[in-house]
Amino acid sequence: MWLTRPLRERSTQLFLGILFAALAVVTLLHVTMPQNSALYVSSYTVTLMGKYLCYALLAVAVDLVWGYLGILSLGHGAFFALGGYAMGMYLMRQIGDRGVYGDPILPDFMVFLNWQELPWFWHGFDMAWFAFIMVMLAPGLLALVFGFLAFRSRVTGVYLSIITQALTFALMLAFFRNEMGFGGNNGLTDFKDILGFNLRTDATRLGLFIASGIALAIGYLVCRGIVTSKLGRVSIACRDAEARARFLGYRVDRVQLFVFVVSAMIAGVAGALYVPQVGIINPSEFSPLFSIEIVVWVALGGRATLYGAVIGAILVNYAKTVFTGVMPDAWLFALGGLFVLVTVFLPKGIAGLLAKRKKAKPDDSDSGTPDGTATDKPSGQEATA
Amino acid sequence: MGIFRLLTLLLFALAMPIVANAQSEDRSEDPGQDLLVNLADAPASKVEDAIQTIVKSGDERARGWLEAYGNNRLSRVKDTGQVVIVLNNRGRDWEIADPLTGENMGEMSRRDLDRVAINNRIRGQLEGILAMLDLNAADPDVREASAQDMMGKVDASLVAPLEAQLEAEENAAVRDRIQAALAIYRVGEGDVEAVDVLAGSLHPRARAALNEAVRGGDPAMVTAAKNALASIEQKLKLNSAAETLYFGLSLGSVLVLAAIGLAITFGVMGVINMAHGELIMLGAYTTWGMQQLLPGQPGLALMLSIPAGFLVSATAGIIIERSVIQFLKGRPLETLLATFGISLILQQLVRTVISPQNRTVVTPDWMSGSVVINDALSLTLNRLYVLAFAMIVFFALMMIMRKTRLGLEVRAVTQNRAMARSMGIRATRVDIMTFALGSGVAGLAGVALSQLTNVGPNLGQNYIIDSFMVVVFGGVGNLWGTLIAGLSLGTINQLLEPWAGAVLAKIIVLVFIILFIQKRPKGLFPQKGRAAEG
Repeated sequence: MWLTRPLRERSTQLFLGILFAALAVVTLLHVTMPQNSALYVSSYTVTLMGKYLCYALLAVAVDLVWGYLGILSLGHGAFFALGGYAMGMYLMRQIGDRGVYGDPILPDFMVFLNWQELPWFWHGFDMAWFAFIMVMLAPGLLALVFGFLAFRSRVTGVYLSIITQALTFALMLAFFRNEMGFGGNNGLTDFKDILGFNLRTDATRLGLFIASGIALAIGYLVCRGIVTSKLGRVSIACRDAEARARFLGYRVDRVQLFVFVVSAMIAGVAGALYVPQVGIINPSEFSPLFSIEIVVWVALGGRATLYGAVIGAILVNYAKTVFTGVMPDAWLFALGGLFVLVTVFLPKGIAGLLAKRKKAKPDDSDSGTPDGTATDKPSGQEATA
Repeated sequence: MGIFRLLTLLLFALAMPIVANAQSEDRSEDPGQDLLVNLADAPASKVEDAIQTIVKSGDERARGWLEAYGNNRLSRVKDTGQVVIVLNNRGRDWEIADPLTGENMGEMSRRDLDRVAINNRIRGQLEGILAMLDLNAADPDVREASAQDMMGKVDASLVAPLEAQLEAEENAAVRDRIQAALAIYRVGEGDVEAVDVLAGSLHPRARAALNEAVRGGDPAMVTAAKNALASIEQKLKLNSAAETLYFGLSLGSVLVLAAIGLAITFGVMGVINMAHGELIMLGAYTTWGMQQLLPGQPGLALMLSIPAGFLVSATAGIIIERSVIQFLKGRPLETLLATFGISLILQQLVRTVISPQNRTVVTPDWMSGSVVINDALSLTLNRLYVLAFAMIVFFALMMIMRKTRLGLEVRAVTQNRAMARSMGIRATRVDIMTFALGSGVAGLAGVALSQLTNVGPNLGQNYIIDSFMVVVFGGVGNLWGTLIAGLSLGTINQLLEPWAGAVLAKIIVLVFIILFIQKRPKGLFPQKGRAAEG
């Protein structure tokens, strides 16, 4: 079966081994060590790491489309945020009458805006199963409609990047509006509990951390499964020579659409797990800056490797945590410098460095890393070459 | 009334020598002294005439006197009988000034001063009288403004003087205003014929008067007023459409300015420069810097900023091209990421070096204010200048691309790099020049934008997505397309705003472009021929 086949690969075994070992170690240290011990992992750190794992999953989703399909999406933050909002709506409904205004149905911000009843799109979010389906369905549907239109018209390359950026920008502006019914500027916050567990307890936080880790493992397996399947090979063919793949009889647009939608759904799940851990979702997640930042995580880790995306996401976000704590002004310099240095000096990212070091032993990866200078890319839309 | 006035004049004529004798020699030569003493001496029934005399005299100081009079600040010195203006009436000693020369006369005990009395009826009229004063001013603009101010304030006492004024007035615009002012009064009095005068007026007070008339009982009046209102409504609609168009073109010209540099670097060279917005920001900050260097001369600073902004941004562009972009040739997605990184660095640089706060750029006098077309339509001057500037920049750029050696070489390198090089064109040099040109134009956009919006570190970010949309919508590699796309997107945005609100209008435009690109991936004006094949 396509999903279990990657389990036989050494790279996947290694990745999952490290991931689960890390989960186990953190859990053990958190549960068994006394609070004053140097080895104790505080629940703040657990949540922080859970957040990194969500970002890692998001980066894997971006790597799937950018690394294996050649589509640089500058709008994946939108799918992430939509998943997050779906989860946020569920959490809002879970508050029930414990809100500031004590309305049993309406969330606080609606009472504040003098709304009389729940907007239609809020119905059903009191049920966990419905919300969890929407977490994948909402971003998936947006990706489906957007991708269908874009790929059918053969909008690729830079053009696609720019309109994905416009998409997330438009969504950001829309979600900032109070009339949209998503809490406007402030977004959704003040969550109380999830599936009956109080979000403030250490146990729930640890649970969410472990859930994020498992989601990352599954997401990794799904992506790995896709890229090693026949479909994955066609997708790589589309990346390297779109016109040739088309002339060979492959329906390029369908391949692109499928991979794009799967990626959007994974991003949605990442967003959904992210929201209960940070406790808020607001329109800033839609900002073009965030979306483009995800791309640099992937670029740093190494494009078209999947595990590289995970490394990149965790490294950059760890650096961000450190920088914004120590010298907040320097963070944008560092991030900007990272963009430049990675693209100019490290086109294959950290994964490329690792691969170079064990060159003697050839990589068993059959994906091949995309060469940025692929010149036979029939990009009719590149204005000039 | 007439008799009274005649009598006053007679009295005034008789009093003159007596008063003159009472004063020192040099004072007696100033007619103002007599006018004031006449006012101060006048019994309650004669005050109006005394005021009229002052108004008729055309004395430039009359306004100051009458205002002081209305504010209870006109007093007489008990000993000498001299009329003075009280500057400060707090405390025991009052600070006084000579009404004739305006010279400060120091302080005087309030017991030695005698206030020139005024009753409430006169004070009520004084406002209209003061307005009348300006109707006698030499400057027709002042007369027009004062006549406009009269509209809706005319009462029975002002009708006769206004009519007299109308007779004497030669300027057509001022006459129209006076007629309208009189007509508003007459409509209020139930004069149906006066409605016709107001039918063409766009002034809100004229409309208010007509609306009042519609609510009144007289059926003939009601129909006449309704008709007049309908024709005014029609005119207003036309004017507001013209205003929307103007705002649309103005917004469009800003978009064109922001996007035109991008049309060169992205459209012609195929380089995705995400730092383009920050190059605009640099241009805006150059204007700010220039004004800091030349304090008190915002106009000169602005003019100098045009070349300076171009140079600063062009230099920054060359540095970016040499240090980063040249290594990423043929890798557009990587170029996009790297230049985005540069944009972050530039933003943070401005925040660290200058300030995270917005900076104010002064608008020179000749750029502030507006051109008044009529009562309902006025065009702000700064937007008009920016519109003109955008057009100049656009056509200059067009000429450079079409008529100069550089333009020729750029087009050659664009179409076939290898061929151009074998013909002896130094492609690398052309790359640098083109990028510098595109970046320099971004600097010019920044100079212009500094006159319209806040200059801050986020200035560029706000325009980058819009700029790309304009270039893509217009068709990459096509300057005309950029112009049409910019102007039409600006206009569409402004047309949508009234019923959708600013944010929703922007969203609609973005969604429209996203859908449009699906339908026509190469924009409004796709390139044809070999250039299109890339």
